[in-house]
Amino acid sequence: MSSGPRWSRPLELVGQWGLRVLVETGRLGLLLFQSLVWMFRPPFRAKQIFKQMEFVGVKSLNVTVLTGFFVGAVFALQSYYGFSLFGAETLVGSTVALALTRELGPVVTALMIAGRAGSAMAAELGTMRVTEQIDALYVMAVNPVQYLVMPRILAGVIMLPVLVIIADFVGIVAGYIVGVILLGINSGIFIAKIVEYVDFSDISMGLIKAAFFGLTLSLVGCYKGFYTVGGAEGVGRSTTEAVVMSSVLILISDYFLTAVMF
Amino acid sequence: MADNIIELIDVHKSFKDQHVLQGINLQVPRGQTTVIIGRSGGGKSVILKHMIGLLKPDSGQVVVAGQDITGMDDHQLNQVRKRFGMLFQEAALFDSMDSGENVAFPLREHTKKTHAEIQRIVADKLRMVGLPGVERKLPSQLSGGMRKRVGLARAIALEPEIILYDEPTTGLDPIMCDAINRLIADTQARLGVTSVVISHDIAGAYQIAHRMAMLYEGRIIATGTPDDIKNSSDPVVQQFIQGKQEGPIEGI
Repeated sequence: MSSGPRWSRPLELVGQWGLRVLVETGRLGLLLFQSLVWMFRPPFRAKQIFKQMEFVGVKSLNVTVLTGFFVGAVFALQSYYGFSLFGAETLVGSTVALALTRELGPVVTALMIAGRAGSAMAAELGTMRVTEQIDALYVMAVNPVQYLVMPRILAGVIMLPVLVIIADFVGIVAGYIVGVILLGINSGIFIAKIVEYVDFSDISMGLIKAAFFGLTLSLVGCYKGFYTVGGAEGVGRSTTEAVVMSSVLILISDYFLTAVMF
Repeated sequence: MADNIIELIDVHKSFKDQHVLQGINLQVPRGQTTVIIGRSGGGKSVILKHMIGLLKPDSGQVVVAGQDITGMDDHQLNQVRKRFGMLFQEAALFDSMDSGENVAFPLREHTKKTHAEIQRIVADKLRMVGLPGVERKLPSQLSGGMRKRVGLARAIALEPEIILYDEPTTGLDPIMCDAINRLIADTQARLGVTSVVISHDIAGAYQIAHRMAMLYEGRIIATGTPDDIKNSSDPVVQQFIQGKQEGPIEGI
């Protein structure tokens, strides 16, 4: 590759990186497009879809509740110390609620689910690829995008908002416990400020984000798994790449989604 | 082309800069067992994957039952694939399902049979491969040889016309090799199917083959009955079937 003079090496690297990004984006888009097409063609794979919804959603409940609780608790603690400097402790409730619904609920939950379910998708599909189970599906005239990828993507898009609602709620309860019970903020004011400042749109925008993050983590997990090469080592690599790539994409897209929506 | 169910015509295939298939011409006669022999990593699996459309040739034609499958879309290809069963090298059983569900999978996908009928067929096929009653065992609970037999039961579940075997005896002990070879011969005789087997197990190949073909350096260098191959004057073929390190094929 390095045929030019020495100074051109950095340029080549930038070019190669750019090309790789372009190729990956294209292939991700193609996989998403195929999944969309297969979603509307019989057989509709309801069993697979529900199985994946259970995996992404129900089985992620513990981790969602746990992270939601402590994010809400620590945020209440931190904002209490900040607000107490100028005597505005009563705003803790609404601050926690706004931060959770608009930002922390979707992002923290999505990062956790990317680590839990996205990685599992990459590992499972990757293993199926290297042990020829995906080829076996083709041979048996079953389209693996419809059988394996589409149900996972759909499950991600549907279940992430559900999990985020739970995380938001648990986080606000945790904020209440810390703010009202431990730090002694007046309960009535705490709740009144939440009602006053949190709009429905704050929640719904957070849920739109959640659905988008659900799409991102399941699509990336499936993509990395589906195109795994190189045996057990390749499966490991795909799994790591899936978590890193989806986490980075979640954080980057979060900024742009926020900029567009709020 | 008298009665060749599969025909490869001047098939070329490269992976990156490796020219794996350099003009394969091969006919597979209907209702017989054709064994393709050749060195490991020589492209035998690649030939098999072309026959069922898992790989598309860079140039050349793959004709199955009179139809060129190289230009087919997914839907047409699926129709062709329903004529096939395939046993993969490591069996490729779905490890999220037990053995019975694995064998039932093609039946659930492609027939409207009732649950009871499917259970009956599954039990029947598992008995045929000598594993009655393993329905509830997961693939991870089976030995390599048993997995291959369940894989064969799955491959024959829809009673295909053609069965492809990707190194069915690799990695098995001699007794299991013999059992699998007998199973291939039995299945062929009982169901009258066309079988294509790729192997580097010469003794096993003589046992099951009606016809043999040898792949060397991306081309088919010899075809014929097992006797034709045994009596071949080609030093490459002789070296390979006698398993010698000295000769025209470079050892290491």
